[in-house]
Amino acid sequence: MIRPLVALTVAVLAALPAGAAERVVSLGGAVTEIVAALGEADRLVGRDTTSSWPEAVTALPDLGYVRGLSAEGVLSVAPDLILAEEGAGPPEAVDLLKSATIPFVEVPDGYDREAVVAKIETVADALGVPEKGALLAADVGRALDAAVAQAAEGPARRVLFVLSVQGGRLLAGGRDTAADGIIRLAGGVNAVTGFEGYKPLTDEAVTRAAPDVILMMSRAGAEDLEAEVLALPAVRTTPAAARGALVSMDGLYLLGFGPRTAQAVRDLAAALDRAGS
Amino acid sequence: MVAVSPEHSGPAPHWDRAPRAWRLTVLLALALVAISAASLAVGAAGTMPWTVLADMAAGREIALADRVVLFEIRLPRLAMGALVGAALAVSGAVMQGLFRNPLADPALVGISAGAGLGAISAIVLGGLLPAAIAGALGYYLVPLAAFAGAWAMTLLLYGIATRRGRTSIATMLLGGIALGALAGALSGILVYMADDAQLRDLTFWQLGSLAGATWTKLAAAAPLMILALVAAPMLGRGLNGLALGEAAAAHVGIPVQRLKTVAVLTVAGATGAAVAVSGGIGFVGIVVPHLLRLATGPDHRPLLVNAALLGAALLIGADMIARSLIAPAELPIGIVTAILGGPVFLWILLRRRGLLEI
Repeated sequence: MIRPLVALTVAVLAALPAGAAERVVSLGGAVTEIVAALGEADRLVGRDTTSSWPEAVTALPDLGYVRGLSAEGVLSVAPDLILAEEGAGPPEAVDLLKSATIPFVEVPDGYDREAVVAKIETVADALGVPEKGALLAADVGRALDAAVAQAAEGPARRVLFVLSVQGGRLLAGGRDTAADGIIRLAGGVNAVTGFEGYKPLTDEAVTRAAPDVILMMSRAGAEDLEAEVLALPAVRTTPAAARGALVSMDGLYLLGFGPRTAQAVRDLAAALDRAGS
Repeated sequence: MVAVSPEHSGPAPHWDRAPRAWRLTVLLALALVAISAASLAVGAAGTMPWTVLADMAAGREIALADRVVLFEIRLPRLAMGALVGAALAVSGAVMQGLFRNPLADPALVGISAGAGLGAISAIVLGGLLPAAIAGALGYYLVPLAAFAGAWAMTLLLYGIATRRGRTSIATMLLGGIALGALAGALSGILVYMADDAQLRDLTFWQLGSLAGATWTKLAAAAPLMILALVAAPMLGRGLNGLALGEAAAAHVGIPVQRLKTVAVLTVAGATGAAVAVSGGIGFVGIVVPHLLRLATGPDHRPLLVNAALLGAALLIGADMIARSLIAPAELPIGIVTAILGGPVFLWILLRRRGLLEI
């Protein structure tokens, strides 16, 4: 982390409202991104495993997976504010942290423009920088609107989001998922809407979904996986396989619904156009 | 792990006349005290129990974080670890005595599968409950369901195996394997229905953890475990008799049917409560009694006491490792017990087959 000059630090400290949190723990990749986008990353003292952006935050102590936190682990970094995405847990650990009278702010989840704006405002208020929050929210909102409008001009592709492949079966993203949300924003149509959440698809359901493009999260060394997915019997029957249309993007970037989402929408829309033609 | 008492020569003090197994009890009790003290001092937060206690004694102010870490996190966790470890080890020892089989444990006869099915049902279907009920139960829903599952499975098994007031141990074992498979299949259907977040919760539950230890949870689960730990040593003589076979045991005046009933209920209560609060912690129920039998022989009277002490010490130790290996994050304790238990179990096996000399 780049430490600001001492003089600057003093100036910043003087400018902070009285009682503002100085040791913040951020749980959830998008929440951490928002803290950084607000220019408040130097107040962070801990993060969870899913917080991988910006690069600088990976130097912070890792307190574990966001749904399997250790209460003592979180307390060990002596936080005076905990920002957590919806669903952080386990509930016992969260209750213990609250009983230690550390302010615990839950940042609501959601997969559309309003949700991104609401997340930014919640985080900014908790950090005591509502003006910065209003500016960032307006910026991000404008960028999103522009990206969505532009994405809507292209042809609507049928997109199948594949979370993972287990034993040749695809775990696909249905309604009410971040995947569904980002596909819509990028002007696509989710190819499976018959269920909520992430569910394994039968071979015939994959065929019937008939996606133009298959969307996945990129992983290190995933080239084999992409080839493997396109070679699956069920997938071979789809328009996507005929064109080799498979798009991989970084998971947090694609599904985080944070400050980078406008750019993610642009990237995804462009990739869908390329892959689908 | 296993203390071997030195064989003295010369004038024998009174200490040496005590059988080896009871001498081991003293050693295990001391080890348990030592490891408990260590467990209170180890953790991600640098809280030190003696400084906190000294400060309290001197009437000084204690930082809230230190108080929470010591009295709301480490202490209930220590108590929970001790009780769960003791309950699992004793349940294993009783089961092995009852089935006259060193491999029997609650997992084999399906009791753990029943608890697992209960927990999975609560995790996956909990959202379907009326909000009023779900809200009232809060995060006790999963432990309660696990407990109910363990009991339902036990009563079903007992019902299947009991005819005209006589319980057939063989039927219980085979029935347990069948019912366990069935519970596993039902769990599989639920896993199939589960969404991504529920699967994550499920995985954490299956790997076991003491992280959810709170005084309230402990108060709910402790009575059954304590009851089992108190009742178990009383079964010692009966289980010794049962080793001769049921008919022989009945001839020497052991109330065989009552012994079976009490043993099964004890194990169901202890296992149900332990699994409910800590999830799936494997290997303790098989490895602990086994090690003790190797060290001091098959007599159940000291075995059931020693199993409780060693099981408690082992789980507290495993929890210390789970909490400090990747601090400030923590590992599920089931991973630690399996990593420790697996190789130890193999070593026992190979040594007994004469394949290893160490």
